[in-house]
Amino acid sequence: MTAVVVPARRPGLPLGWWGMAALIATEATIFAALIGSYFFVRATSPEWPQGGIEPPELARIWVFTFVLLASSAPLFWAEAAVRRGRLGQVRAALLVSFVLGAAFLTNQILEYRELGFGVRDNAYASLFYGITGLHGSHVAVGLLMNLVVHVKARLGRVGPDRHLTLTLFAMYWHFVDVVWIFVFSSLYLSAHVR
Amino acid sequence: MTVAQEAEHHDPEVVEAWEEAPGVPGFFSTVDHKRIGVRYVVTAFMFFFLAGLMALAMRQQLARPDSNVLSPQTYNELFTSHGTMMIFLFNTPVLAGFGNYFLPLMLGTRDMAFPRLNAFSYWIFVLAGIFMTSSLVIGKAPDGGWFAYTPLTEKAFSPGINMDFWGLGVVFVGISTSVGAVNFLVTAFKMRAPGMTLDRMPVFVWSIVGMAAMVLFAVPAVTLSAGLLEADRIFGTAFFRPDHGGSSLLYQHLFWFWGHPEVYILFLPAAGMVAAIIPTFSRRPIAGYLWVVSSLIAVAFISFGVWVHHMFVTGMPVLAMSFFSAATLVIAIPAGVQFFSFIATMWKGVVRFATPMLFALGFLLIFLLGGITGVMVAVMPFDWQVHDSYFVVAHFHYVLNGAVVFPIFGALYYWVPKMTGRMLHERLGKVSFWTMFIGFNGAFFPMHILGLLGMPRRIYTYPSGLGWDGLNLIVTLASFVFALGTGLTLVNLIWSWKRGRAAPDNPWDGDTLEWSTTSPPPEWNFEAVPVVGSRHPLWDDGGLGYAVVDGDPVTASLGREGAKARATPVLTGVDAIPEAIMAIPHESYLPFLVALGIAVIFFGLLVKAALVGIVGLVLGAFAIMRWAWFTEADLR
Repeated sequence: MTAVVVPARRPGLPLGWWGMAALIATEATIFAALIGSYFFVRATSPEWPQGGIEPPELARIWVFTFVLLASSAPLFWAEAAVRRGRLGQVRAALLVSFVLGAAFLTNQILEYRELGFGVRDNAYASLFYGITGLHGSHVAVGLLMNLVVHVKARLGRVGPDRHLTLTLFAMYWHFVDVVWIFVFSSLYLSAHVR
Repeated sequence: MTVAQEAEHHDPEVVEAWEEAPGVPGFFSTVDHKRIGVRYVVTAFMFFFLAGLMALAMRQQLARPDSNVLSPQTYNELFTSHGTMMIFLFNTPVLAGFGNYFLPLMLGTRDMAFPRLNAFSYWIFVLAGIFMTSSLVIGKAPDGGWFAYTPLTEKAFSPGINMDFWGLGVVFVGISTSVGAVNFLVTAFKMRAPGMTLDRMPVFVWSIVGMAAMVLFAVPAVTLSAGLLEADRIFGTAFFRPDHGGSSLLYQHLFWFWGHPEVYILFLPAAGMVAAIIPTFSRRPIAGYLWVVSSLIAVAFISFGVWVHHMFVTGMPVLAMSFFSAATLVIAIPAGVQFFSFIATMWKGVVRFATPMLFALGFLLIFLLGGITGVMVAVMPFDWQVHDSYFVVAHFHYVLNGAVVFPIFGALYYWVPKMTGRMLHERLGKVSFWTMFIGFNGAFFPMHILGLLGMPRRIYTYPSGLGWDGLNLIVTLASFVFALGTGLTLVNLIWSWKRGRAAPDNPWDGDTLEWSTTSPPPEWNFEAVPVVGSRHPLWDDGGLGYAVVDGDPVTASLGREGAKARATPVLTGVDAIPEAIMAIPHESYLPFLVALGIAVIFFGLLVKAALVGIVGLVLGAFAIMRWAWFTEADLR
């Protein structure tokens, strides 16, 4: 056994960051496989959408797409604010993000009620509800995470040296937003391409 | 030094920092990767023996023509449960168990990157195992085959609850595999001993890295195939129902997109075990380390381009199938590199024929045959000839039983002395090996011939006069010989646990870090984290050192101070330079509670009781929020 001088280096990304990155990779694969399934069924289907269903309306979902994407921006602000110890700003940013995310989710639930077809009707309907539903449930989980971080910030369990939950939540939320771009392009936009 | 003497030398402050509650509370709350690893292995072996008994029952039925030992329904349930259990509840988790136990020890760290997640992944595995096994207890075992092809498994054709156990169980156990993979990857890249650069990482660890990377991108596909099947069955969706515009072929694509990488998910760690055993018993470093590691990674990549070779009879365009046929043939190259590296290691070394080495050699012979038949079925015309025949049954048992189970048994003989602190009986081990080896080949080799003679798989009986009678009897007799061989190892394990000779720290003169600590290792693995100076720290001069502790807190965590503080260093991913301190969480019931919540959700889906599902959701959500309440900063 020899004694070795081991120099230390400045800390890099926290372990949790790597864990969340890996988790996002596997979650992204689920969405990729689902969207792949959508196009697989579409490619083998004589008509699309099936069963005389109209392609989804675009005007409203364009608005709420921007609402959802906008909900990511405050989290960059929150992460910058927490490093400077401005917890009030962190909470405000979380709240803004929450309201935007909740607005998106509410719209999705309202849209479901107006679609005029049920999940059992055909494979198109199942895929539409399945993919948007899985994404919506991710939004719901993200909103819950937002609340947990918010309460932690309020009770002083978040600070310049301890903001791992905020970092991980932000990563997850950005992921959910980016996935929406793919879901929106595939299920909404591409359905209008003949 | 015996274990007891060693214990007296431990610093009481260190002992106190790592103490866990004894008895039942400790059982449900432990986060120690070694306790979890042992549990993984023991639980998985319980499923191994259970699924093995099912195989024996099937072989009894098939021993003679026109037999009626089992009803057709029971036979269907047995072959489905046998396959499902072996793949999902034995092979995958037993390798995770060895990975859990030995990754931190081989890397020279004090625990996994996410110890609570590690406990969670075990609880999910065992609860999913109970969930799936309960189907046998109530006599409603899945009966649609282990890959559960639609439309047979759709509600219209499998109306019972049987296939719901399968579909929900597969999604359930997939959670365990996936979070386990995340844990392995982060541990391997961020928790290595100082000096253990990537090119000094043991091949076994590399194989776990390859396995975990495949899991990350493959398991979502099977989660989806089983999940959407359950959606069809429970909620009446139309994903896989052609009469409603769905696609049965989609099911096959999704299933095999996981299903073929899964073969390598199992094979890679098994090859990694062989790569640990062969150099030790050849008394020289592995030949072509860089080649072996590259070929492991290459296999992990190529494994995603071969899944369609399971679907050559579905009538896809020939050009598409040719691509997958070619990719499947290409895998023979990296597999061959590993094979020749093992041979070269022995060629240049001085071989000791101890029991672990016998199993490694048995692996080489069996894998050679399984690999050759793999190349054969990769060629389309041959595949069309033998598809769904006993030839395929023979092929995948040579790969999944021979080339995976033999290394696992070798690993038992190699590593159990480290895990329990007691040696196994060497001569009984050799008898067990030869019994298994002879039984294995007697049971599975004739299946090739049976397949070529036209015997289809999954038939519960066959008429006399087809020329299958004699071979089937041989297969059945040999399968009992194989079972006896595995039973001898079980006896050996129990005997060793009670009266085995105390194991020294390094009984086989191995080269990797797990042999540098006591047998069994203390809760903290290493009082001082080793500093590595070569690829074979225990063999080379200057390979093993310890850090000079100065005022820097990160460096101090390498030494006894770290063990006292229940902490372990975090290092840079490539060159393993300490950069931070990780506080290791104390024991906690939260992983168990979250897993329990998830189990309740799945139970609610099974019995179609929304209220039960909501109860599970609430329980799981509260436990997980509590978990998020205490992040690392709170532990420091």
